[in-house]
This record gives sequence, C-alpha cells and structure tokens, in this order.
Amino acid sequence: MGRITLEGVQKSFGPVHIIKGADLDIPDGAFVVFVGPSGCGKTTLLRLIAGLEDVSGGRILIDGHNVVDVPPAKRGLSMVFQSYALYPHMSVRGNIAFGLKMAGLPKAEINQKVEAAAATLNLTPYLDRKPRELSGGQRQRVAIGRAIVREPKAFLFDEPLSNLDAALRVQMRLEVTRLQKQLGTTAIYVTHDQVEAMTMADKIVVLNAGRIEQYGSPIELYQKPANLFVAGFIGSPKMNFITGPEAAQRGATTIGVRPEHIAVVDDGGEGWSGKVLIAEHLGSDTFLYVDAGALGTLTVRCVGEKRLGAGDAVTLRPEPGRIYRFDNNGLAIFA
Amino acid sequence: MARKVTGRHVAISTLAAWLAGFVIFFPILWMVLASFKTELEAFATPPSFLFFHWTTENYATVQERSDYLHHALNSLIVAGGSTLIAMLIAIPAAWSMAFSPTKRTKDILLWMLSTKMMPPVGVLVPIYLIYKNMGLLDTRTGLVFILCLGNLPIVIWMLFTYFKEIPKDILEAARMDGATIGRELIYVLTPMAIPGLASTLLLNLILAWNEAFWTLNLSTLNAAPLTTFIASYSSPEGLFWARLSAASTLAIAPILIIGWFSQKQLVRGLTFGAVK
Ligand SMILES: Nc1ncnc2c1ncn2[C@@H]1O[C@H](COP(=O)(O)OP(=O)(O)O)[C@@H](O)[C@H]1O
Ligand SMILES: [Mg+2]
Repeated sequence: MGRITLEGVQKSFGPVHIIKGADLDIPDGAFVVFVGPSGCGKTTLLRLIAGLEDVSGGRILIDGHNVVDVPPAKRGLSMVFQSYALYPHMSVRGNIAFGLKMAGLPKAEINQKVEAAAATLNLTPYLDRKPRELSGGQRQRVAIGRAIVREPKAFLFDEPLSNLDAALRVQMRLEVTRLQKQLGTTAIYVTHDQVEAMTMADKIVVLNAGRIEQYGSPIELYQKPANLFVAGFIGSPKMNFITGPEAAQRGATTIGVRPEHIAVVDDGGEGWSGKVLIAEHLGSDTFLYVDAGALGTLTVRCVGEKRLGAGDAVTLRPEPGRIYRFDNNGLAIFA
Repeated sequence: MARKVTGRHVAISTLAAWLAGFVIFFPILWMVLASFKTELEAFATPPSFLFFHWTTENYATVQERSDYLHHALNSLIVAGGSTLIAMLIAIPAAWSMAFSPTKRTKDILLWMLSTKMMPPVGVLVPIYLIYKNMGLLDTRTGLVFILCLGNLPIVIWMLFTYFKEIPKDILEAARMDGATIGRELIYVLTPMAIPGLASTLLLNLILAWNEAFWTLNLSTLNAAPLTTFIASYSSPEGLFWARLSAASTLAIAPILIIGWFSQKQLVRGLTFGAVK
C-alpha cells in the first residue's frame, strides 16, 4: 500500500517561502508526475515527502499516518536521484543489496532478491562491477534496481533521466513506466520536461513558483487547462495566446488556440490572414510561424508535408470548439 | 579535434619531466653524496660529483657523537603524536563544517588559516615563557602540543575540502536505504573519505617530522627530535658539511621511506575529486 496525502504542506528556507501550501492526494499504485519550470520547487516537494527536508507547516500522510516527524529511513520510500548517487566503493551487487542489508535480511534472501532485480533490469553481467565501470544508462538502472529491490511503499524519482542522451531517455522512459505498472507501486516522478510528464503520468501535478496550479490526468490538463500557466506549459509546440479585440469579441481577456487546432485554408472563407515567417518541415508535420498582424506571431502545426515557405500569404482558421478563454486573472472560463 | 601526440612530443616532454624531476631532487641527492665524502672533499671547488673517495666514516662519527635512535624515537613520538591528536580534533571539526555549515563557517575557516599567516617567531617569547612556567620546555608533551596546534588549521582545511567533495546525494541515498547515522558513517562515509584522510595524515606527518622552528627553540636534549640532531652539527666547532649531510640523510630517511611507499595513496588523495 502506498497512498500519499499532502495537507497544506509548506516549506521555507529562512525567510524564503518555497512551497506555499500544497494539498494533494496520490492514490495507491498511481504514477504521478510533478512538472514545472526549473526552480519552482519540485525537488523540494519531493524531498519533503522523502523526509530529507523538514516541513515548515502542514502534514504528510503515508497510508493515513502522519510522517512529518518520521526520519527518511523509516518512511518506507525509496528514491532515485538525478545524479544516481551510487555508492562508488561498492559493486553493483553491493549497491543494490545495501538497503536490504540495512534492513537485516538474511544473506540468502538478499542474494536472491538482488539477482531477481538485476535480471529485471538486465544488469546480471555487471553485478560485480564498480559504478565507475558502467555507462550512464547502466548506472541509472542500478539506481532503479536499488530502489525496487526494497519493495517500498512508493518510488520517488528526481529527474532521473536528465543525464541521459535523447535516444536512451525515450527507451528508459518506457522501461520505467513498464516497471512501475508491473510492480504496481506508487511512484512520484519529478521532471521539467512536459513531454516526459504527458507520456508517463497517470496524473500530473503542475507546479509553478511553489504552488500547485493543477492536478489531473494528462488529457484533462490538455483539454481543460485551469489557467494560462497550465495552458502554456502543457502541449508542444506551445499554445498561441491572443489578447485584444479578438479575445474581447469572445468574452475573454485572453484566448488560446493550440497550434494543432489551427487549419490553413484556401477556400476563400473567413479566417485570420497572415504571412509565413518560417516553415519548419519535419516530414510528418510542418510547423509554420505566421505573422498575423495585430494578433501577433502564431504557431501552426499542419500534418504532412505542406508546400509552404517563407513569405507565402495564408488564411488561418481556428477550430471553433477548441478556443480556450481566460479571464483577466488568467483563469480559464469554461462553458 | 583531439591534439595529435607524436613520438617526438612524447620524447621531449618525457625528457623535460625527468629534467625537472632531477633538478628538484638534486639537493637531496647532493646531500646524500656529500655524506659519503671526506670533509675536505665536501668543501672542494670544483666539487667532484661521483669520483671521490667514498667513505662511511661520517656515519660512524655521527653515531659515535650522538644518539640517533634517541632522537629518532623523539621524532616519531612528536610527529606521530601531534598528527594523531590533530586528526582526532580535525575530523569532527571539518565534518561538521562540511556537512552542516552555518553562515559563519567560511569565516571560521579563514580565521583559522589566518593564524598561519603570522610568523611563528612573533609569538616565540610568550610561548617560551608559558612553556617555561609550565615546565613544558624540552618535553615531548610540549612539542606534541605545539606542533599539533601549529598544523591543526591546515589539517582542518584539507579534511574540509575532502569532505566537501563527497556528494551529499550519496549520504542521502544511504539514509533513504534505511541506514542510521552510525551505519551511514561506517559503510558509506568512511570508505569514501579514506583517501583524503590518508593523505592528510601523511602530509601532516611529513610537516611535523620536518618542523624545525619550534622543535629547535623548545627542546635541547631530552625531547629533541631529529631536527635538533641535525642542527647540532652546524653550530659548535664550525661547519662540517660531510657530517651534517650524514646526519640529515639519517634524519630524513624514515620519512622518505614512508613517503616512497605511500606515494600512490598520497597522490590519489591530493588529486581527489579532480578526476572523478
Ligand atoms: N537548501 C536550500 N536552501 C535555500 N534555498 C533552497 C534550498 N533548496 C532549494 N532552494 C530554493 O528553492 C527553490 C526551488 O528549488 P527546487 O525545489 O530545487 O526547484 P526545482 O527542483 O523545481 O528546479 C529554488 O529557488 C532554490 O534556490
Ligand atoms: Mg530539481
């Protein structure tokens, strides 16, 4: 079991207020991703849950028990650090076994568990190597092995893939998700990469400047962003924001349209006219950056190989049901 | 582009390195050579490098005139004792400054280092008087005490930099793995700190072994370590180069041997962190 609940959790470092009251309920077995820009407090919140930092206020419950006064060793959570934080003087086997050794398990049982974990992570040939003799991806696996072998109530990941190259990152992303589903253990995963968040999460927590902006499934966040921040943060390329008369006409201060919800039309009908500034041809998609006069520069995503280049005049038409409206506080207006 | 390393480059830099090494080592070599010369040859100009009349008579004289073992034992006790005590004080001090620093930690470190900026002769008179009043003159205890205090700032600084190099993440990982403070210390921190501890210990031992200001001024015979033993050959009846060289060679031999055997450890400790 690993249900984690935060109630009004706050954290200050001296006079600086970093976490400004976080309320969250993470159900058992969920894969929850904390996402937000760098410096917004993701790591701090994770470390508060781990017990590596003390809360300045509020409660953290694990399976209903308040753990704010419980040391990290006793919370039954395991953590994968961004830097891997492997014990440099121990072999891979020693690294994975360390937690079990601390728990005082019998040797035979430790060996059996370490070998099972190593097999799951394809580490068996490397068990007797030192961390410095491993590649980045392998070190990452050892760090994950160290976390899973203890059968914790929850895994805490702090940007575990950010030191890997792009291809390996995609592969490990899949492996981590698959492993978590297979084990059914609650996981909290911190990243600043919204693509990682969207692809891995059951539920996403969007953090900004120490506040939770929204908590929901990836699709919820994409379809119903609660405010301008979430709307701008989730989705790639970024949502287009338009202010002024075009927004006022729809009863909003700001309207937002995602690049994939704008069509380039040549039927002579209504639309926003503009001139292509840059066209990026990716093969499967084409990204157009269009100067739309008073509306500003709009990003448009077209499927396939559009034969458009810089300087071409285009007419853009937003999908009617896909225009997001925001009031003057930046909050979404629904219905 | 990786720089091309040609055979000629390697040859030239190898030659240069050997040359530099030889120049640095030359005074020691010269001293050892002089110790095997007669007094006359030791003074000769131009000096003869290898083709002189080799003799061990200086060593015999030195052995006859003074008790080498007595001084060597004193050196061992004073250098070893002061090093051990300094380490015992410095480890917890550096530890707490590295792992739970406060706003004033940097200031304290600087203040400690600043005590090394004052020439020791500036406090010779007060220390001499204090020692005299406390009956510490010419005692091993007195020397252990002053050398320990003298080296403490450097020892703390060195240990502090080593401890700082140990990634906090790894200690936190151990905590997450369920290790108590004690076990974290035994299984994780100590093994990672050993190269640093070892090289600090060695360096401090060498410094204390060769320390010549306080040992010369605060001891005469009973507690006199090897530095005093060397000095006794440079004063009374004029200079005797050959004998002085023989005494010096004997004096540095033990530390040279320790240094030789621990050079791998020493180099590893001193470059710790430079290449992870
Ligand atoms: N130990 C600390 N002391 C003071 N400030 C800290 C400490 N840890 C983090 N902070 C500050 O808290 C803010 C959030 O940091 P962090 O949680 O690491 O952000 P993120 O992981 O989202 O990039 C940053 O402004 C950082 O400077
Ligand atoms: Mg972070």
